[in-house]
Amino acid sequence: MQASTEHKKGFFYKSGLYRYKKYGALSLMLLPVIIYYLVFHYASMYGAVIAFKDYSFMKGIIGSPWVGLANFRRMFMSDSFFEVFRNTLVISLYKLITGFPAPILFAILLNELNGGRFKKTVQTISYLPHFLSWVILGGMFMQLLSLGGPINIFLKKIGLDPVFFLGDVRYFRSVLVITSLWKSIGWSSIIYLAALTGIDPQLYEAARIDGAGKIKQIIHITLPSLIPVITIMFIFSVGSIINDDFDQIFNLYNEAVYSVGDVISTYNYRIGMINNEYEYSTAVGLFKNVIAIVLIFITNFTAKKFNDYGIW
Amino acid sequence: MKIKKTPGETVFNFLNVIFMILFCCAAIYPFLYLAARSLSSADANFSQITIIPQGFSWENYVRVFKNADIGVGFKNAILRTVVGTTVNVVFSILAAYPLSKKYYPNRSFWTGIIVFTMFFSGGMIPGYLLVKRLGLLNTMWAMILPGAINTYNMIIMRNFFMSLPDALEEAAKIDGAGDFRVLVSIMLPMSKPIIATIALWSMVGHWNAWFDCLIYITDPSKQVLQVIMRRIVLEGTSQMLNPNASEFTDMIVNPENIKASTIIVATLPIVMVYPFLQKYFVKGVLVGSLKG
Repeated sequence: MQASTEHKKGFFYKSGLYRYKKYGALSLMLLPVIIYYLVFHYASMYGAVIAFKDYSFMKGIIGSPWVGLANFRRMFMSDSFFEVFRNTLVISLYKLITGFPAPILFAILLNELNGGRFKKTVQTISYLPHFLSWVILGGMFMQLLSLGGPINIFLKKIGLDPVFFLGDVRYFRSVLVITSLWKSIGWSSIIYLAALTGIDPQLYEAARIDGAGKIKQIIHITLPSLIPVITIMFIFSVGSIINDDFDQIFNLYNEAVYSVGDVISTYNYRIGMINNEYEYSTAVGLFKNVIAIVLIFITNFTAKKFNDYGIW
Repeated sequence: MKIKKTPGETVFNFLNVIFMILFCCAAIYPFLYLAARSLSSADANFSQITIIPQGFSWENYVRVFKNADIGVGFKNAILRTVVGTTVNVVFSILAAYPLSKKYYPNRSFWTGIIVFTMFFSGGMIPGYLLVKRLGLLNTMWAMILPGAINTYNMIIMRNFFMSLPDALEEAAKIDGAGDFRVLVSIMLPMSKPIIATIALWSMVGHWNAWFDCLIYITDPSKQVLQVIMRRIVLEGTSQMLNPNASEFTDMIVNPENIKASTIIVATLPIVMVYPFLQKYFVKGVLVGSLKG
């Protein structure tokens, strides 16, 4: 390539800007993109300094006085913050335990259907909920789970007491876990299905000749072939354990279940957009984002160490 | 050579099919239930588990379509989806193409700056203050510009560009084509599948988006369907649901049935296009990787 030979001469190394001019058309394309990232991402990252300030709209972000860690102190002193922090981790953990293995299992079973129209139909149906917003699904589950809804009619039929699922602290988390599983199981299985198609069919043939049954084939051929994909998906899942599903919870929760269902993002929304406590809300958000990025680095490092397979 | 199925395999396959049928029923039942409710008359008795409309009637849909808010919501959602998708695709190409060139100066530095934003952000309030400061509140652009590039999709597109053979570009350049010309006449036509995939993702994303509209748009005449629907279905605050405040005072109203038809109306556009586009969506998931 032209560019690399010129690099070797060492001539263009020092005049950095000249190199951008050399690829002028490409630089012209990239320019609006860089401006976009600076304005809409880096400027708002800079805006997060109000977490360390006593923000007032009149003085603006730069003019507002510094208050050090006062907002974070308030956060750590607050009972409600600890409640939402705990809820976030507990709900994410429940979702990880159920929502992580389920699509793997689903993909393996789907793969055993051996192609054909039936398999395609199952896939089409199982992917559908992924394409609907939690506004729609929230409204849907509210009807399904209401006291007069079909689930409660069914419970009455089999002789159980009706349950107000969305207003009962004992059931709300289960509702979150199950509806989340319902929405994502099909779509999350795609990545595993793709990995499954890459397995050499001769492996199965050989196993069958040796007398291995379906279960043995799954344990000894299918699962081991999936390990690299499972690893990288696990990194993503664990790395995002602090990221709750705002859309889901915001569209399903109500004051009656705050004690078990209120999470960092919904709390953050209420203190920020409803109570207008901008600095405090930003501090909470910043705290969460810092934990999230640390988690990403840790999980990536660990995965690389054990599996030689990370995100970057 | 075909090996005969063992009895164990036959049992396994049978159970598997049964499981999948049950699974599909569970996946599709909520939609059928709502569809049944939406087509039922107001005095229908829903004390049975059924997917058949009770006292068939279109009245719920008539009310939904007569509601001015729904029409406004549809219009705004379509506008947002069309403009937003166009912006997404154009900006993604502008970012992905230069970053796909191994010879572009400081390529990994620029990529790093961009990828970093996937892992860290300022948060909701700084974003809100920024949009406010830029004077975008209560404009459509508040829902389009902050997400002008989906970084993950952009990286997928970059990886696709990188997979195209260098020889094509070199040949075109020998013939005197510039970078813009190479991109428009050679690279983009070859990238149609990936562009279609990313455009579709972007379309669904815009159609379903609601949170940005909720916080940035307070003017009801500029709100999108999802937010208007949220007001009707989740908060139950709409004159449509209130028999005393509407023109239908002589009719009984069943708010749950009306909510059901509102949900179906908002769901249908996606359900109708989805089966045809499914394969593009699935393909899209598989081309992506951050590596490289």
